[in-house]
Amino acid sequence: MDPVFLGNVDASFMSQIPKTQQQDYPVLFEMGAPGLTAVALPESGVRAADRRRHVPAELLAEQLPALPEVGELDLVRHYKRLSHKCFSVDENFYPLGSCTMKYNPRINERVAAMPEFTEVHPYQEDADVQGLLEMLYWLRCDLAEIAGLAEVTLQPAAGAHGEMTGLMIINAYHRSRGENRRQVLAPESAHGTNPASCTICGCTQISVKGKPNGRVDLDDLRAKVNRDTAALMLTNPNTVGIFDEQVADIARILHAQGTQFYMDGANMNAILGITQPGRFGVDVMHYNTHKTFSTPHGGGGPGAGPVAVAEHLRPFLPVPQVARRCDGSFTWDYDRPHSIGKVRSFYGQIGVLVRAYTYIRALGPDGLRDVAEKAVLNANYLAARVKHRYELPFPPPYAHEFIAMPKFGDSGIGDLEVSKRLLDHRIHPPTMSFPIHHCLMIEPTETESLAALDQFVAAMLEIADEAEKDPEMVKTAPHTTSVKRVDEVTASRKPNVRWKPAVR
Amino acid sequence: MRYTQLTDAQVKQMLATIGVTSIDELFKTIPPQLRLEGPLRLHPALSEPALLEDVRSLAARNNDCGKLVCFLGGGAYDHFIPTVVDALAGQTEFVTAYTPYQAEASQGVLQAFYEFQTMVCEVTGMQVANASLYEGASAVAEAVMMATTITGRKRILLSEGLHPDTVRVLRTYGLERGIEYAGVPLADGGLDVGELRARLDKTVGGVVIPSPNFFGCVERLDRIIPVLHEAKVLAIVVADPLAAGMFKTPGAFGADIVVGEGQGLGIPLGYGGPYLGIMATREEHLRKMPGRVVGMTTDREGRRSFCLALQTREQHIKREKATSNVCTNQGLMAMRAAIYLAALGREGLKTVATQCFDKAHYAAEAIAALKGYSLCFSAPFFKEFTVQTDRGVDHVLSECRRRGILGGIPMRRLDERYEDCFLVAVTEKRTRAEINSLVAAFEAA
Repeated sequence: MDPVFLGNVDASFMSQIPKTQQQDYPVLFEMGAPGLTAVALPESGVRAADRRRHVPAELLAEQLPALPEVGELDLVRHYKRLSHKCFSVDENFYPLGSCTMKYNPRINERVAAMPEFTEVHPYQEDADVQGLLEMLYWLRCDLAEIAGLAEVTLQPAAGAHGEMTGLMIINAYHRSRGENRRQVLAPESAHGTNPASCTICGCTQISVKGKPNGRVDLDDLRAKVNRDTAALMLTNPNTVGIFDEQVADIARILHAQGTQFYMDGANMNAILGITQPGRFGVDVMHYNTHKTFSTPHGGGGPGAGPVAVAEHLRPFLPVPQVARRCDGSFTWDYDRPHSIGKVRSFYGQIGVLVRAYTYIRALGPDGLRDVAEKAVLNANYLAARVKHRYELPFPPPYAHEFIAMPKFGDSGIGDLEVSKRLLDHRIHPPTMSFPIHHCLMIEPTETESLAALDQFVAAMLEIADEAEKDPEMVKTAPHTTSVKRVDEVTASRKPNVRWKPAVR
Repeated sequence: MRYTQLTDAQVKQMLATIGVTSIDELFKTIPPQLRLEGPLRLHPALSEPALLEDVRSLAARNNDCGKLVCFLGGGAYDHFIPTVVDALAGQTEFVTAYTPYQAEASQGVLQAFYEFQTMVCEVTGMQVANASLYEGASAVAEAVMMATTITGRKRILLSEGLHPDTVRVLRTYGLERGIEYAGVPLADGGLDVGELRARLDKTVGGVVIPSPNFFGCVERLDRIIPVLHEAKVLAIVVADPLAAGMFKTPGAFGADIVVGEGQGLGIPLGYGGPYLGIMATREEHLRKMPGRVVGMTTDREGRRSFCLALQTREQHIKREKATSNVCTNQGLMAMRAAIYLAALGREGLKTVATQCFDKAHYAAEAIAALKGYSLCFSAPFFKEFTVQTDRGVDHVLSECRRRGILGGIPMRRLDERYEDCFLVAVTEKRTRAEINSLVAAFEAA
């Protein structure tokens, strides 16, 4: 067994480990030997073309890229070992606020891997892809129903991409009315992608104040909305885990000025089947299928960010749009003269969307409502269990997530230290220092069992005890991961972002 | 209920702990008039067997490239995917992992992305690369925004050989950012260097040069890039990473930013996604590059470790001043590409590239010898080429389809000037027999 990746090595134990096992785990480029390959390709079967005749010598490579050269077994071992050095939902609890790290059902993967879905070329004729088009069409309709909005585009590749698409739709709408609105309001607690998406869309973001109880300050909102305001971007339930009951008033304030109401759908998990954003005046929203609809996070992608819009914004949706013809067949509709155009090549993250379809079909309307109920129940349960040792700055009830503040006097233990110590409990840390400094944002999701929730509570309480009795243990955590606290400062100050044989 | 695992008794116990009597009480902040009166209007839940039946019946109505012989390209290619790619990238420790913010809990994916970045540098010939972007077209849009930031100039020239989807995406992004585009015409399939030179001035920030371009033609980067650099204009090259097995990389000619579609690197056709945007640049532009970047560092005990580097460029720290709003990479797709390239190794990459080249040229020569068909351009090509026919593009392609062959992409998708042309892609996966049957179908049409 290799302690370098199994971890749990304290200094006394380290001395018992053979020297060969104390070395750094190699990168691929240090493995193998020149000439090795892990792929058996057949003989070409055609005569070799005369390169010199077809291609100017100046364009032909003199040497090959320095790719790794390893045999198949070593390749397998390498990636197997890397897989052991990752936390994952399949092995670990991720109470990661606003990220909705729910279980990724196996059947989603099975369906997405069906060759009828994976081995389809994007330029095949519609007649050859009717099954897939139909699936996308129903997904489009289902997502519109869940949002309570008129129509959905499946094209955006991720949540942030969806935000950008939504803002572009809003900009196009205002332009169509002869207006050039360039201000976008967002609460201070907005996800960082909101202001960044504004910038991409040539807009300026203006912050709206929040009230101490976690709601939008309506007076501040009224003072800031005017005829230059393109949109308000609001996450609801918001990032402190509260459904803002003033939301219909917010919509009225916005609409009185012609301002569009954009909802960041990151937290849709809390309201599935309970309410619909369309009911409280939202004009545009994006989904994160990798949050709400159980598609895997994949260590950072691929996700998908479908965007739902109200009736008046339909003309501006990206092209093409999956559509149903009068004869019941399915096709791509490019005939949308007011469309913002395309935000990516082809049609979207199809393989991800297939998983989302599978999930929605598996759950149905009652199952989706159950998701919201259990997600909210689990979050409120955790809050009730940890509130004696962690300060909860906002009053319950919470939606699917809540904010907890580690406050342990002058022990020097804050959100970072608690988080790193949780790793020793094999629990992924909550979201840290967002949306307020030094907080933990905790979202258990609906898929966790009571036992898993109780284990988390036990870990949080044990860490609180340690913070008083053995603060060093917490401050120096993690102790059991494959590496100890990583030096991120040097990584950014002197970036080494690619392997060079001489550099160690 | 599916995927939740609380019994009624447990729910009761939890509600008691919370101090409420029903789940409904937890939703009290949602005003009653905003609530749904009944269930969502969706299909009822399906049991697992019924769900499999549902998706199988949909799947049965697709004719996939396992059943047909695929000569379609245009930005998505039917390359062979070694078994190890699915097996290793499909490990659920990777599939169900979160974005690696917590370095200590994510060394596996971080190291894999670091290795990916290194391989991207190798196949593009560049000094630094990011951990990937969504796909090829939006990667070009990000490169264009990056070029305008670096140069402070908002005029960008686009080769008229750019993929039509990429042009559409660039226009969508550009409209909001005030980026102005102008085209550079082609001459015999490649960029017209004289026309290019005539359009360069102090307002131009960069030129987007696909090579191979949408017509399949490989550009004379050795002649183009020096012209750009003379005018202090950035060269943004859109590359096919597999071409590096045979052609000099864009970096070898001094490209400033290299982007591209990485689908060919072990990623299934998947009806257009998820794919992989690759991006690499010169070291001096590292901090201007959007997207996730993984760095090698050490842990407290001096052991080699990896973490996300340069996060201060990113949206969750920099917010409106971020280099981009991108807050992820295409994790699993980057993983696939890394495994694919590592499995191939140098020799495997060379074999794939050479076979693409040889088979495409074998096919092109046979097609050009047929009556009623010719090659549109004499520029060099890699694995894809444009055919002109006087037999009617739709007629020819439907004859192919009748024989179970996807024979090509009609070029009117790009431009009506190419009404009588279509695009044929031949990867290493196509056999001599398959190519011969394509040629026979053309002949019979």
